[in-house]
Amino acid sequence: MSTDLFRIPPELASPLEDIDRAHPVAFRFDGKRLRGRAGDTLASALLANGVHLVGRGIKYHRPRGIVAAGAEEPNALVQVGQGTRGEPNLKATQVALFDNLSAAPVNVWPSLKFDALAANELLSPLMVAGFYYKTFKEGPASWWDRVYEPLIRRAAGWGKAPPGPDPDTYEHTHAHCDVLVIGAGPAGLSAAKAAAESGARVMVLEDDARPGGHLLARPRRVDGRPGHQWAAETAAALAAHPEVRLLTRTTALGVYATAHVTAVERLTDHLGPGAPGPRQRLWHIRAGRIVLASGAHERPLVFADNDRPGIMLAGAVGTYVHRYGVLPGRRAVILTNNDSAYETALALLDGGGSVVAVLDTRREPSGPLVEAVRARGVPIRAGYGITGTTGRGRVKRVWISPLAEDLSPRIAETTLDCDLVAVSGGFSPVVHLWSQGQGKLAWDDRQACFVPDPARPAVEPISVAGAANGCFELAEILAQGANAGAEAARAAGFTAKATTPPGVEAPPATPPAPIWLVPSDKPPGEGVGKHFVDLQNDTTAADIALAAREGMTSVELMKRYTLAGFGTDQGKTGNINALAILAHELGKPIPEVGTTTFRPPYTPLTFGAMAGRQVGALFAPERVTPMHDRHRARGAVFEDVGPWKRARYYPEGGEDMDAAVARECRAARQAVAVLDASTLGKIEVEGPDAAAFLDRVYTNTLSTLGVGRIRYGLMLNDDGRLMDDGTVTRLGEDRYLLTTTTGGAATVMDWLEELHQTEWPELDLHLTSVTDRWAVAQVAGPKARDLLAELAPDMDLSAQALPFMRFVEGTVAGLPARVFRISFTGELSFEVAVPWSVGGALWDALFKAGGKHGLTPFGTEAMHVLRAEKGFIIVGQETDGSVTPLDLGLDWALGKKKGDYIGRRSLARADLARDDRKHLVGLLTEDPGEVLEEGAQLVDDPDQAPPMTMVGHVTSSYMSPTLERSIALALVARGRQRMGQTVHAPLADGRVVKATIVDPVFYDKEGKRRDG
Amino acid sequence: MAQRATNLFSLARQALSHHRNWPRLWAAAEPRRHYQAIIIGAGGHGLATAYYLVREHGLSDVAVIERGWVGGGNTGRNTTIVRSNYLWDESAHLYEHSLKLWEGLTRELDYNVMFSQRGVLNLAHTVHDVREAKRRVNANRLNGIDAEFLDRDGVKAVCPGLDVSPTRRFPILGATWQKRGGVARHDAVAWGFARAASRLGVDVIENCPVEGFLIDNGVCKGVRTGKGEITADKVGIVVAGQSSVLAGMAGFRLPVTSHPLQAMVSEPIKPVVPCVVMSGQVHAYVSQSDKGELVLGAGIDRRNGYGQRGSFPVLEQEAAALLELFPAFSRLRLMRSWGGTVDTCPDASPIIGRTPIDNLFINCGWGTGGFKSTPGSGWVFAHTLATGQPHPLNAPFSLDRFTSGALIDEHGAAGVAH
Ligand SMILES: Cc1cc2nc3c(=O)[nH]c(=O)nc-3n(C[C@H](O)[C@H](O)[C@H](O)COP(=O)(O)OP(=O)(O)OC[C@H]3O[C@@H](n4cnc5c(N)ncnc54)[C@H](O)[C@@H]3O)c2cc1C
Repeated sequence: MSTDLFRIPPELASPLEDIDRAHPVAFRFDGKRLRGRAGDTLASALLANGVHLVGRGIKYHRPRGIVAAGAEEPNALVQVGQGTRGEPNLKATQVALFDNLSAAPVNVWPSLKFDALAANELLSPLMVAGFYYKTFKEGPASWWDRVYEPLIRRAAGWGKAPPGPDPDTYEHTHAHCDVLVIGAGPAGLSAAKAAAESGARVMVLEDDARPGGHLLARPRRVDGRPGHQWAAETAAALAAHPEVRLLTRTTALGVYATAHVTAVERLTDHLGPGAPGPRQRLWHIRAGRIVLASGAHERPLVFADNDRPGIMLAGAVGTYVHRYGVLPGRRAVILTNNDSAYETALALLDGGGSVVAVLDTRREPSGPLVEAVRARGVPIRAGYGITGTTGRGRVKRVWISPLAEDLSPRIAETTLDCDLVAVSGGFSPVVHLWSQGQGKLAWDDRQACFVPDPARPAVEPISVAGAANGCFELAEILAQGANAGAEAARAAGFTAKATTPPGVEAPPATPPAPIWLVPSDKPPGEGVGKHFVDLQNDTTAADIALAAREGMTSVELMKRYTLAGFGTDQGKTGNINALAILAHELGKPIPEVGTTTFRPPYTPLTFGAMAGRQVGALFAPERVTPMHDRHRARGAVFEDVGPWKRARYYPEGGEDMDAAVARECRAARQAVAVLDASTLGKIEVEGPDAAAFLDRVYTNTLSTLGVGRIRYGLMLNDDGRLMDDGTVTRLGEDRYLLTTTTGGAATVMDWLEELHQTEWPELDLHLTSVTDRWAVAQVAGPKARDLLAELAPDMDLSAQALPFMRFVEGTVAGLPARVFRISFTGELSFEVAVPWSVGGALWDALFKAGGKHGLTPFGTEAMHVLRAEKGFIIVGQETDGSVTPLDLGLDWALGKKKGDYIGRRSLARADLARDDRKHLVGLLTEDPGEVLEEGAQLVDDPDQAPPMTMVGHVTSSYMSPTLERSIALALVARGRQRMGQTVHAPLADGRVVKATIVDPVFYDKEGKRRDG
Repeated sequence: MAQRATNLFSLARQALSHHRNWPRLWAAAEPRRHYQAIIIGAGGHGLATAYYLVREHGLSDVAVIERGWVGGGNTGRNTTIVRSNYLWDESAHLYEHSLKLWEGLTRELDYNVMFSQRGVLNLAHTVHDVREAKRRVNANRLNGIDAEFLDRDGVKAVCPGLDVSPTRRFPILGATWQKRGGVARHDAVAWGFARAASRLGVDVIENCPVEGFLIDNGVCKGVRTGKGEITADKVGIVVAGQSSVLAGMAGFRLPVTSHPLQAMVSEPIKPVVPCVVMSGQVHAYVSQSDKGELVLGAGIDRRNGYGQRGSFPVLEQEAAALLELFPAFSRLRLMRSWGGTVDTCPDASPIIGRTPIDNLFINCGWGTGGFKSTPGSGWVFAHTLATGQPHPLNAPFSLDRFTSGALIDEHGAAGVAH
């Protein structure tokens, strides 16, 4: 095990250091066993071990290293963990180190050190932006699918998906607050403090494990104390405040309409696999006001071969030195266009490193930081740039040259040997969430960055403070934060006092002198060096220039053409350079080119966290009836119908479905059988206008229905198509009970509510879903009455007392019950409804008494067969959104004398009155043993070549145990006029089945059986 | 502008001069005063219309007017599923015509639109789904469209990553399979058509919003734009989510509502989803891009709106649906989400044809599923503009079907309408 050779000796450690040197942490990278310290990130631990080469570029497979220290990292993507806990594409800069962590590079083959696809670099003159649109067309057209695309697909993508289901759990939680502060750097902390002092309910979200922001990595003094200490104390005070919730390791991801902010809290990721509790928690926060204090990201400078491992952001280098006690290099070259990188130089020197030179693209750098570095004997070369680099696997040498006034290409003047290049191109405020909240950006010429435009505020209630607002002076950052916090509290209705911001000691933050492309000896794309703009997508300055040349003049088009900003870092560091280079190519000012849209999420979010608990059985909770256990006990096979589990059939003694169904059907036709019909939708409509309402939504007249009577009703949509069917029972003068199909219950309920609330609010009624108020047993068969009479001795269930389509209340099996004479099987049938909670008791009582009558449970499949024998339709099976009641031969259900109802007008439209529409008919196959495939299409001429003229299709098809032959229902054009004619069903297996069109009622046409 | 075909050799030749001599993909154009035909909207459909107007109907003087940038509407925002296995004859014929054009499109346009015929699965999870799936497969077959019903094992063989175990909340009982379906690179489709149209002399005019119509006695004479008035013999509206707005400008109404529709991609990973997988029951659809991202589409946001911005719960639902099909994807991560504005019709079928204003035509209502028809839609709409009459393929998709009642209801049939 190698030791962390690049760890700064304790005596030179920064006071900001935040690792526990006493706790070594063993980990593996790329198969090697290494050691870091508690508090390290994977990136800092790798750097401490001198590991810079951590990956390869996507196109040319050039060696790549760690660039940043946070979410903006473009390069260092790793696969962490193994098996079902394996996770691709994590940024090493964001992975907290834990014992036995195992990480591996992604997309390298055969190995990180030797990658075969590095040969791509030889082809790089061809692999320019959009090259694949121009080629891979050679050869036959099929080569794309067979040859080219498989090659591209294999080369693309970073890490690998885990092989099986995730063992971890995720959860969602909702919160409301008056003021939501995003970011707990100095701006965010002082905003939160000001808001909290007003008594407002405050939430603070911090991505890092610790509050403090840049105070954790830069030596500053605030309020007479070291800045990181001030941050810790302020955060502790906030956390102790009863109205404040401060969440660390929590990243705000998106801002949506109505100040809805999503954030993810990483609960156990830093503890390693197997930690108890949910792994991540997704927060849905509804905020009164949002204070965005998300800081700024440093941006790199673009120069030739700026992608080698060891070329890092200067700020990140400072962070590794101060916070993690790591020296990312011993001989550093610094390239900058602003003062901040000089702090990095000082940090490196203090940590025992050396600084070969500071190359400053400015002609006359000055100021205290510059002088401090000069005083330490570091050569400062003003007006210089890097024109090239070398080093396999790690930068070894840079070529440098003074910059021409017009930034034209320059031959290198000399070289500098180094093992680290720290680069700073200035800072870009992190405005993602502002933009998502529909705030606009303005170009700040002085700071050379896009900042939130106060003149064009966000639609969502967001204010911005600190570096996110383009403010880089610590004193001002604290003041802005305090103001924004107080303002937000006031806007949320609290009284916030003005506070005096604490005194600070910090170096002045001078603006950068923008330079977007450091010239080398040749224009980009023409020399050997590559000027990388987006490291993750291997987009170069030459690619952007080519895009501009080819007319991709909109920044969105350039992005799509070159892929700049399309990576997992979403261009946090590179985008600004890309658009500035585009602006330069187009000869336009940067603000005129503008930015691309900042799309959520701010950082990638696991699908697991998005789904939360809504996985597995909870994806869509199963609904079961109170008789469910009884069905299971009988070995029922279930089917999904809408959200419900319904018993499809009850096999006995090794029966297959057909045998079970045949037996169940015979029981219903010859003795008595019972179906659990509890899942049918049930809606009570109550109120003085209930009757009028129902007359409008059903095709039938329901106002004339007598109390205690039942009618079969049809509901149409606006287009005159059948939407749902069911029975309507008049329970009382002002009270109806509707049934709906099992799958349609929620839709119908919504539809009725919508009609009532938006179309006819003047009607006095209310709607109540009572589906799971009543459990229902449908008892059908010639002996149904005998069985029920035994269970309901006090009720007169005779045909005279309770004729067909009547309803009565009473007691069945000692349970309060409603009994309906309805028949969907064609047999004598009673639907017995009892309170949901005693459904099981009813079922048991039926079977206790039913044994001697041969009571048999029947499932949905037998129910389908029985109703098909009677020619009864099932909505969704005989109908498909195109079918009208006329098509189904249900004209009798259309009230002729009543007033208007939904769909009536549509039924009169030309197309719905056509006489060649499809009609519901029965089909009998030539061979009575042949059961047509449901969904089979019907033609008149089976010999026609495709496209064939289809005249209809089979909607239902079964072997009828009653008729002892197959039967089918179908929709056939002009079917009712074609009785006795033949149609053909050409099947997938090549057979053509012949069938004769017949009446859809196959059994007991006179309806004699329903009265028993 | 004489241009030679692009291929590996032209790339190599250009490389010698460091790619300095590539011409613009489409010429920068400023509006002329008059055109034979103006197409509003430089999405795929509008650009294809312009292309076929010249290529198939010999018009010489055509402009496409775009308020933003080429392909910036739904064309550049969709999940790019291409298939033709629609239930009803009218749709099947239209989409199949389009699919046939797709099959030759890269060559036709001399631009690689990366049309990838990796196959489309539509999963069936219930007895009802199976019945409907078989119905569609049978109808497709008899219409001459490739279609197969796969059982559970067949599904597993095509897409091994799917969890087909019977214990899932919505077990997979089978699927329809259209091998010729797949995905394409959406931007390339817009760029390819823009480039090809421009090479035929079409003016592609960006950053030029249409703000009104020049209408005289019920006859459309041209448009008012941010760059002035432009007259034309014929005008075609092809603006997807903005259709009702443009119709409003011309003084007529459409039975179209605009909704946000979101899509999202995961971080790029190595290939795991070899085909397109769609499920109406759990409401998910997913494919994997050539860059390695899982491309996922959500359902529409129920509310109406023209903002290209949806709400997060819709995406959560989509993620849950994804994990129901692929439980192993839980640790993969959403990288980016975005929204478009889709123009939905009551019967989930498009409107392609005449409007109440003479010489003004409209092509809209593709809703959540019009990318697949890009070439076909342009082809029939070009015919309609050029001849003043719909082609038999689009005749059933007239605006008057909402008066006659001859709807083409693909809701039930399509499940997820993409
Ligand atoms: C998230 C999402 C996923 C989708 N997934 C699929 C899928 O998988 N498969 C599929 O087949 N379809 C899919 N679709 C649908 C598909 O994207 C569209 O149906 C299709 O792209 C529409 O193309 P278009 O050219 O008509 O419209 P668009 O590409 O939207 O083009 C319309 C153009 O009109 C312009 N315009 C608008 N108003 C004006 C004006 N006043 N003046 C000038 N120009 C104007 C717009 O800027 C725009 O560029 C999806 C859509 C979305 C949003």
